[in-house]
Amino acid sequence: MAQMSDDIPLQIENLHAWYGESHVLHGLSLTVRKGETVALLGRNGVGKTTLMRSIVGIVPKRKGTLRIWGHDALATSAHHVARLGLGYVPEERGIYTSLTVYENLVLPPVLSARGMNTEELFELFPNLKERRNSLGGQLSGGEQQMLAIARILHAGASLILLDEPTEGLAPVIVQKIGDVIRLLKAKGISVLVAEQNLFFASKIADRFYLIDGGKATATFTRDEFKNSRDLIEANLGV
Amino acid sequence: MDTRISGLIAQIFLGLVNGSIYALLSVGLTVIFGLLRFVNFVHGAQYMVGAFLSYLLLVHFDVGFWLSLAISPLVVGAVSAIIERTMISRLYSIDHMYGLLFTLGLTLVVEGLFRYWFGSAGRAYVVPDMLTGVVNLGFMYFPRYRLFVVLASMVLCIGTWLLIEKTRAGSYLRAAHEGPQLLRTFGVNVPLLLTATYAFGAALAAVAGTLAAPIYQVGPFMGANIMVVVFAIVVIGGMGSIKGTIVASYLLGVAETITKIAFPQAASMAVFVIMAAILVFRPEGLFGRQA
Repeated sequence: MAQMSDDIPLQIENLHAWYGESHVLHGLSLTVRKGETVALLGRNGVGKTTLMRSIVGIVPKRKGTLRIWGHDALATSAHHVARLGLGYVPEERGIYTSLTVYENLVLPPVLSARGMNTEELFELFPNLKERRNSLGGQLSGGEQQMLAIARILHAGASLILLDEPTEGLAPVIVQKIGDVIRLLKAKGISVLVAEQNLFFASKIADRFYLIDGGKATATFTRDEFKNSRDLIEANLGV
Repeated sequence: MDTRISGLIAQIFLGLVNGSIYALLSVGLTVIFGLLRFVNFVHGAQYMVGAFLSYLLLVHFDVGFWLSLAISPLVVGAVSAIIERTMISRLYSIDHMYGLLFTLGLTLVVEGLFRYWFGSAGRAYVVPDMLTGVVNLGFMYFPRYRLFVVLASMVLCIGTWLLIEKTRAGSYLRAAHEGPQLLRTFGVNVPLLLTATYAFGAALAAVAGTLAAPIYQVGPFMGANIMVVVFAIVVIGGMGSIKGTIVASYLLGVAETITKIAFPQAASMAVFVIMAAILVFRPEGLFGRQA
């Protein structure tokens, strides 16, 4: 049994999760250390999104150990998990179409003094400033992704989950998201990112987990990742 | 001024009084429907209980209108919150039909109890002293109390609309309507938000009941009678659109009184004829968004 500590943003041991009757996570273990950016690699349907949704409590049926900053997240109700310092950017981005850009931005309650104010965020994402009074539903995919990330930065999470942040976006926007993830790192924020784009993942992450069949099957540091590229690509079927 | 025109204006004003009560009821219903996504069939009973509470407070405890206007909604809101927490909240995850059946059943129970306790005869609630007499509006004399009802209803309805469309609390409600799960991951206590919204809608019904007490008779079935019209108004305004239901309530109140002079036999039918026409030509309602 690994040691439990409250300096570790995310510690998962032998996690099982179910969607109704379907058993999706089969004893997954992983750790995100303070200030680290960790990438989850794996094909579609191996459980990356289910893992994210299990961490935030959207998947109700979970078993195992899930600790956020040392707190037992499985015993914490969904609306209290955020208060442990968790921020979640879902795969579908979750921009509220009936709220304006500004309303979306300030929607999540502020969790800590770490939260960036709207001025700073509009400087970081000038597009959002221009469109601050537009409805969320009128934004492009890239703008929605920016807004989904900006809103978590506003809340001031210390551990951020990004589910496929670059999926379906133009290269220039992917680059911007890379910059933002590096900025998070510079601020000491820990990040867990699910990513299909290996090249992008290799640019931003400190550590990598290979996910298959609802389990973490291997872990690589940056250096190991470079040397094992062939193995990883074979595993992902690229 | 031409007497025919001033007569018409007088009717329009009387229509606004009915419209005011419709508006308070339909706004409460719409707020609950918008967030909880179920039709609160017990709304009429909440309105009736609101009126009865004020009546009983006056008759048995000598508590006046103004205090009742606060106590009655608070009591109805609190009891409704308990009902939502202990019973209605268990129905959200299953077919909406159960919510409908439950609230309809609850209505029958509440109305039955009030009939058992108080009989089905209507009781009169005297107009509060401060609001007796008439006001000269320039073109007509209008009962001061009814003018107060129109103003109070407009303030509450527009206030509710502003609360939902323009405030931070309102942005939670709109977000909870669209995606409650994600909102929870941000740290918002969505179940509490649902309870508060339900209690707020029920409290609005009790305000309507208290305001209506001096105009209509207070009786166990006052809610059942008015809700038939209110449901039609919600359909006409567009389910879920607060602005639409407010506008439709006043329009329909006025349309009803105008039919009463033009074609008295059709007065109680007017609302339903309009509803049928709306359903044929604009099924999403006057202000509803096309699904």
